[in-house]
Order: sequence, then structure tokens, then C-alpha cells
Amino acid sequence: MSNFNKKILNTFVNSFPILILFFLAFTGFDLSFFFLEKNYYFNFIYLVIFYWVLKKPETLGFGLIFFAGIINDVVQNFPIGISSINFLLLCVIASFIRTRTLLPSLIYDWILFLIAILIIDSLNYSILTLLFNSEIKYSTLMSSSFITFLIYPVLAKVFNGIYLLSLRQQNVE
Amino acid sequence: MSTETGRDDFIISIRSAFLKKGTRQKFSIFTLLVISFIVLSLEYFKSGPVDKFRSFTKDIIFKGSYYISSPFIFFEDKYYLFQDHMRMYDKYSESKNKKVKLESLEKENKFLKSENIYLKTIIDDRNNFSKDFLISKVLIDNQSPYLKSIIINKGFNHGIKIGVAVKHKFYFVGKIVGVNYLTSRVLLASDLNSKIPIIIEPGRINAILSGKGNNEYADLEYLPKDNYIKSGDLVFTSGTDATIPPAIPIGKIIEMDGSKFVKFFTNFNQLKYVKVNK
Repeated sequence: MSNFNKKILNTFVNSFPILILFFLAFTGFDLSFFFLEKNYYFNFIYLVIFYWVLKKPETLGFGLIFFAGIINDVVQNFPIGISSINFLLLCVIASFIRTRTLLPSLIYDWILFLIAILIIDSLNYSILTLLFNSEIKYSTLMSSSFITFLIYPVLAKVFNGIYLLSLRQQNVE
Repeated sequence: MSTETGRDDFIISIRSAFLKKGTRQKFSIFTLLVISFIVLSLEYFKSGPVDKFRSFTKDIIFKGSYYISSPFIFFEDKYYLFQDHMRMYDKYSESKNKKVKLESLEKENKFLKSENIYLKTIIDDRNNFSKDFLISKVLIDNQSPYLKSIIINKGFNHGIKIGVAVKHKFYFVGKIVGVNYLTSRVLLASDLNSKIPIIIEPGRINAILSGKGNNEYADLEYLPKDNYIKSGDLVFTSGTDATIPPAIPIGKIIEMDGSKFVKFFTNFNQLKYVKVNK
């Protein structure tokens, strides 16, 4: 592979979390799917933020996460600022887990991810219903949190591959 | 002693998570959280320079979103085109088998229209609703279980106001809930927060159409207990809210598990252009 191609691959791999975060925020793409005549929805952005802040926080700036939250609010018609609060609180929890973890394991991260999204979705629901009188189906919110939790190991494996690729690129340099 | 050390470690970890700026991080999470709360509190300003700035920011983000989504929209369109193509023969056969005497129906419709105009003049009923519709392009089709809405490329610069009706072909799709300078947000009739006053024909039964977050059908609220509505009855806007014109077709009544719902005429997944009541 030529030097130029390597450079492009390296840039892509290193900026992958930022690219996917802004892509998801701008498009509102949620990978929802239909099964047995029901719409199942999961929050992809939570997965991206939690995984990358936990594994490689230097790739996702908190300022960028804040801006992604603002964009997400505008696209999803939420009060502007609420997604930023959710995303940053997820960063707090991921950073906290990172400082307290000696031996990283997928199961441990997975269970803590469930606790993290439950805290954040509860806060999100409380702010939206109490302060902004938005009508949100609690059952839909909880089911989406649960599906997000179930999908975490699959996406963690995919992201892990990208993470290892970025490490390999760094070692080559 | 060990409990105190554990507690100290815990507090240090929390403080570190909130305040520590990692490598290549310009802001601490705490600073950004404070900024986020300030931005959120600005939501209470619904007019003045804050609102203008918000409207300007939304316009930029919507345009950005439109350009970023455009390759995916292209492939989505191709997918639906392929689906339509595959169904073409069935649709042709269906149309061929339908023994609808269109010509006679057209004449009957003309007669009923003129009769309606005549009857309205007798009771001195004035139609205050504008009949002008502005064709708008759908920029973003954003649909999740929490939100069923679209963004169109016309804003208050083009004379669009909050609350007015939006149609696709002849059918009602929703109403304007947010207007920016160059863009507007349309809340689809299928959204959880959508409540539209309707009338069911025949029988002139008034009710409220309430979105369920489902693009296929919606709930009926405030139906009279002794109603005689049945599957196949037609649902129109009633115009009683004084912002949405009456007689825009919405859907037809269907029965599922003993309950009555309204099945929409419009396919909300394939909206490309809509008409906005001026």
C-alpha cells in the first residue's frame, strides 16, 4: 500500500468516531427495524459515544459531542440543549468507568452501559415531560433503551475491530 | 480507614470525570454541561433576537442535513422505485378489474359541488380558509417512534404560518408546527402529539384523530358512545379548529381487534413534495 493510501486510511480510521457521530446527528439515522409488525428502535449515538469515550477518549472531543447534541436536537425537534446534556452525562459515566476499571471486559462494560442509558433516559424523560410537557411514550423509551443495551456487544465487536486497526496504524508509524 | 480511602477514590474518580481535560480535549465536561443548561434555558425565549438566531441556526442545520442525507435519499428512492416496478402488474390488474364508472362519478361530483355551493349561499356560510397552496420540497424526512415529522424548504419568508394544513396530492398529511426563515417543520398526522379535528362520513360524526406513532393508522378520540361508524367510512378534516380547512380527505375507518382506527390514504414514507395551505 502506498504512503498516500496509508495516510488516507489512517485519517479515516482515526476520525471514524467523529464522522459517524456527525453523520448520525445530521441524518437522524437510527437503524430502526420492523419485526412482527412492530417498529424497533435503538439509539446508535449512545453506543458510539459510550464505546469511544470508554476506549479511546482522545478521538472524540467533548466539544464535538456537545455540537453533535445541538444538531441532534434541531433535527429531532427536541428542545435545543437536551441531547448535549444526555451525551455529556454519558461521557461522565464512561469516563468514570474508565478511571475505575483495571481489567476491561465486555460483560462489565455491557452491564454498566445499561445502567448508564437507564440513568440518561430517565433524566431525558423527566426533563421533557416536566419542563417541556412533551408527550413521550415511556414504554417506547424503555424498549428502545433495552434494544440499545442488547445491541451493544455486536457493535462493540465492530468498533473493536476499527480500534485495533487504528492501533495497528499507529504502530506502523 | 479502608472505607474512607474507597470513598476518597470514588470522589476523585467523579471529579476527574467531570473536570479532567484529556489529551486533545479543549473543554471539561463540567464547562460544557453548564453551557448546555444555559442553551436549554434559552428555549423559554420564543421571540426576539434569541428566536431569530435559533431560526437561523435551524435553517443552516436543516440544509446541512439535507445535503448529507442526499446520497441515502437517492438510494431509498431507487429502492421504492424498484418496489413500485415489481408491483406494477398487480396494480394494473387491480385497476382493470375495478368497475368504476369514472365519468358518471365525475358528473355526480360536479352536481354535488354546485349543490353544496348553492346550499352554502342559502345559509350564508362563508369560507374563510385560503384555497392557495404552495408546493414545497421535502428536505428531511425524519421519522422515529418519538417523532414523525418532515422539514420542507419554505419558511416565513414564503408566507408560511404555524398551524396551517399540509397536503400530499389531495390528502391531508399534517400541519406546520415550526417556522424558520427558509424552512418549516411539518408534524405528520401519525405523530404521537398530533391531534386533528375530523368528521366521519356518512353520518357527520365529529371526533379527534390522534396519532399513535404508526405510519399506517391512527386512533380516534372523543367518539360519541352511540356511533354507527363502520369499516370503509371516510374521514375528512372538520375545520373546527379554524386553521385547517374542512373536507380534506385523511383516510378510512378500519377495524382491528374490535377497535376502530383510521387508515391513512397517504404513504408517509414516500413524501417528496407537499402542498402547504397559505
